[in-house]
Parts: sequence; structure tokens; C-alpha cells
Amino acid sequence: MIKKSWQDKLFDFCNTIFMILIMFITAYPLWHVLMGSFSSPRLLSAHTGLLLKPLGFYWDSYISVFTNPNILSGYLNTLFVVVVGTLSSTLITAIGAYCMSRKAYPFKRTIMFFFIFTMYFSGGIIPTYLLTNNYLHMGNNRAVLIIPVLITTYNMIILRSGFEAVPDSLEESARIDGANHIRILFQIIIPCAKAPMAVIVLYYAVSYWNEWFRASLYITDKSKLPLQVILREILNTVASGDAAEAIALTESVRYASIIVATLPVLCVYPFVQKYFVKGTMIGAVKG
Amino acid sequence: MKLLEKKVSVELGNRDFLKEKRKKTFREMKRNYQIYILLIPVILYFLVFKYGPMYGAVIAFLDYKPAKGILGSDWVGFKNFITFFKDPYFFRIMRNTLIISFASILVTMPCTILFAVLINEIANTKFKRLVQTVTYLPHFISLIVICGMVTEFCSMDGIITSFFVAFGMERQNLLQNPDFYRAIHIGSQLWQGLGWGTIIYLSALSSIDQEQYEAASIDGAGRFAKMRYITLPCLIPTITIMLIMDLGRVMNVGYQKNILLANTLTLQTAEVIDSYIYRTGLASSYPRFSYSTAVGLFKSLVNVTLVVSANKFSRKVQGSGLW
Repeated sequence: MIKKSWQDKLFDFCNTIFMILIMFITAYPLWHVLMGSFSSPRLLSAHTGLLLKPLGFYWDSYISVFTNPNILSGYLNTLFVVVVGTLSSTLITAIGAYCMSRKAYPFKRTIMFFFIFTMYFSGGIIPTYLLTNNYLHMGNNRAVLIIPVLITTYNMIILRSGFEAVPDSLEESARIDGANHIRILFQIIIPCAKAPMAVIVLYYAVSYWNEWFRASLYITDKSKLPLQVILREILNTVASGDAAEAIALTESVRYASIIVATLPVLCVYPFVQKYFVKGTMIGAVKG
Repeated sequence: MKLLEKKVSVELGNRDFLKEKRKKTFREMKRNYQIYILLIPVILYFLVFKYGPMYGAVIAFLDYKPAKGILGSDWVGFKNFITFFKDPYFFRIMRNTLIISFASILVTMPCTILFAVLINEIANTKFKRLVQTVTYLPHFISLIVICGMVTEFCSMDGIITSFFVAFGMERQNLLQNPDFYRAIHIGSQLWQGLGWGTIIYLSALSSIDQEQYEAASIDGAGRFAKMRYITLPCLIPTITIMLIMDLGRVMNVGYQKNILLANTLTLQTAEVIDSYIYRTGLASSYPRFSYSTAVGLFKSLVNVTLVVSANKFSRKVQGSGLW
């Protein structure tokens, strides 16, 4: 090991300071929201500037969030979409990725092009809307939040690279033992490609959790709306408040609802995070 | 293999060879029949939900009336496209889209690369992991929440407003001032994507041979010299790929963020092509389906043209590209 010069030490010091600053800038907004959600509404409305600890300590905002019937139904709808959607998306994406990761067979390249093409060209939002709503009549049905977005091409390509990294010898020995493709996929490939699978599951789960635009487009029934749309309504009520007290109350309630809608993602994320830098990405992008 | 095929083709005569080849393809297909069965649902999904709308995009050339359907509506050719090009807002929309898009690439890309290089310089693995965990996080937060926070922080007494007031700005709601919309759009994007964007560069950096750095140290290269002459050159292929991909998205300035953050006061700097499509085609009480589809098709064509020509350019200049 070469001994560090003083320039090196200075650089490391500045770099560490810089990283701490970046982490602060990244984390602070969330911290602000978290602290605001516990703050007394009256003190919060008079407060400007950094918010490092709650002003007073109030649970009331959370109580009013959880007693809001829309939030509860939104939560249930979102849970349904996340669970069913993630399972079916991952399953069908894994099947597609598996087929694309096999050795050459007739029309493989054609089929691959058929998939990749959709990453660069699409019919656009209006034809998609007309197809889903007017022709397939999926409007105002929870299935519309899942089926039309079942496969993300990009995810399939990432997973394909992950599957390709599984050594051939494993598959061949199973083939000799008489395993068919379904068995090879579920008993050999998927257990050997845990990291890319975990990443794909997270991608799908988060995208289903965060979805709002398609829901606000297709779903009219309030009881079927997912959490994010409900959250948007709550966050938008700011403009209509007239009494100062009402505005102040909604500010910490808004913060509390942000926390309630974000917490599950924050809780799951650290467990999957370690898989991200496994280097599957660049090969994936090049397709 | 090629030679053998040629020999066979001479021996059997060309027609027989083709027949033989077709037979071989068929045999191969039969051997792999399970794969095709597995692919059926996947292909079906792509046909309906990805290629279906592409077929539906023909309504850009029609005067589409939902009651009449695609086949029953009148053919109008390029009329919808011409209407868009002649629209008084065409110039404004294009200008906003291109400014936000290119400014975003120009700001985001160097920042991300610099950040990735600096993360790579962290020696302590635990601290490095911590930095990554914290900075990747915003990528997973929903746009509703991001925009909710932006609205809150940029409001009259929001923290960002207060920050700039401390530097002598007049206290105001930043989101209602058209001069700030683009900065807010790009800034929030940078905040959300900075950490996540480094992943691709970090994975490229992890493949650099450490011996290169050691050799350079022995030759007396300092920290910055190593970054300049080893790290950055190793990133060039990745940067090229990202740049090509970004060019393929130049016309997509997220309408979702636009819907959430823009308002009638800021429309003059905020309206982009995607949000225009949304407003004329879906959000309007008198939706112009054909017209907005034409606008969308124009957008897609520009994107595809850009990505294809950028790829060609990169292959010519650098010898490699996205494909």
C-alpha cells in the first residue's frame, strides 16, 4: 500500500464533507415532512426555515389521516394492485426473459426485435386510452391498473441479462435428467438469479405503489381509487382552505398523509438496495 | 459451417438446399416447441397493449369520431399535423420542450458523472454504502409526494422560498412565477435522480482494473490525474450510450410532473408537448382525439429519428453505439 500524501488526505476530507452535504440535501426534505407531520399545526404555520425537530408533539394529524375513509379504501386498493400486479408482472416477465435468454432458436432475433422496438416507439397516450377505455372496456375496473402495464420491456431485458449469467452447465444437467422448460425456469434459473429477480420485484412493486396517472384517467369510482390519487386530492385541498386554522391543520395533515403513503416503500427499500449495484445494468441497457 | 452449407447447396442444387434449410428450421422449431408455447402470452400482451395503440395511431390521419370507429371515420391525410404546425402555440411548446429537455441533460449528466466519480473515490466501504442507500432513495418516492413537497417548499413561506429570500429575493410563491418553472422542474428531477443515475456509471467503474491505478501512482500520478486519465476515459462508452438514450427521449418531458406542478400562471414556460397532448386529447371537455394523436405521433417520430441518427453518428465516430 502506497502511503497517502497530504493532498490525498485533503481530497478525502473534502469528499467526505461533500458526501455528507449531498446526503443532507437528499434526506432533509423527507425529514422535514416527517417532523412537520408530528408538529403542532399552529406552530408549523408560523414557522419558516429548517425544521430539525417537531414543534410540539401531536398525533392528531395521523388520527385524522387514519380516520379518513378514503385513505383506508385507497390503501386497500393499492395493496391489492401491488400484490396481484407484482406477482403477475414478475411471473410473465420472468417467462419472457427466460425464453429470450435461451440459446438460438428460429425467429429468436425477430421476436427480440418485436419486444425492443416498443422501447423506442409507441402509439402514444391517446390511442392507448381509446383502446383501453373504448375498445377493451376496462375503464373503472381495478384490472385496468394491472393488465395494460403487465410487462415493462426494460425490466424484461434486465432480467434476461440476469438469466443469461446463470451457467449453462446447470441447465444442461437438468435437461439430461428430463426437466422441461417450466421446471428449469422455476427450479434452476430463478433460484440462481435471486439478485436480478429481487430488483425486478422491487421495480414492479414500487411502480404499482406509485401509480396515479392511469388511475385518475380510467377510474371514476372513488371507492376504487388507489392511495396516490387520494393523496393527491388531500395535497391539493390547500388552495380551498379559507380559515387560517383550517389551512394550518391541513398542512400537518398533508405531511402525515405523505408519510403514510411513503412509509411502506421506505421500509422495503433497504432490504433490496444491496442488490442494485450488481452490474447487471449496463449489459441490460445495451440489449 | 458456411463453407459446408455452400458445399451442400452445390451438391443438392439451390432449390433442394432451401428445402433442406426449411426442414431444418422446422425441426429446430419442433425441438423448441415449449419455448414458443411459453412465449404466447408474452407476445399476446405486446400485440394487444403495445402494438394495438400503434395501429390505433392511424387516427392521426383520420377525423376520428368514437361513434364511427376507426374504419368508419373520414380520412383527412396530414391535416392534423399541419394544424399543429400552424398552431399559434406550436413554437412556444417546442421551445419549452427543447429547453427543458436539453437543459436537463446538460445539468443532470455532468452532475451524475461527477457524483459517480466522487462516490467511487470513497475508500470506506460502509460510508460508501450509506451514501448510496441514502441517495438512491428519492428515486422510489412517488411523483405525487415529490410534487407535494415541491409545492409545499416553494410556497409563500416554504423553506426553499425562505432560502432565496435570505439572498435578497422578494418573498413570493415560486410556482406561480413563470421564470422559475423550468428551474423547479429540472431541480426536482436532479434531486430525485442524482443518486440513482450513478448506478450505471458505478457499475462501469467497478470493472476498471485496479492495477491501472497502482501503476499510475507509481508513475507519480495524483488523484486528479488518475481521475482525468483513467476513470473518465473508462466512462466514455457508458456516457455515449446514456447520451444516445437521452436523445431518444428529448421530446418526452414528463407530462405527469407538468400536470402536478404547472398552472395557468406558468403555462407560458411550462407547457411541453406531452402536457399539450394531455390537455387537448384527454383533459379537455371537447377532446380532439385525432389532433392530439397526430401531435403524439410527431413527437414519437422525432424521438426515433434522433435516437437512430445519434446511434449512427456514434458508430461512425466512435465505432460503437446502442446497437
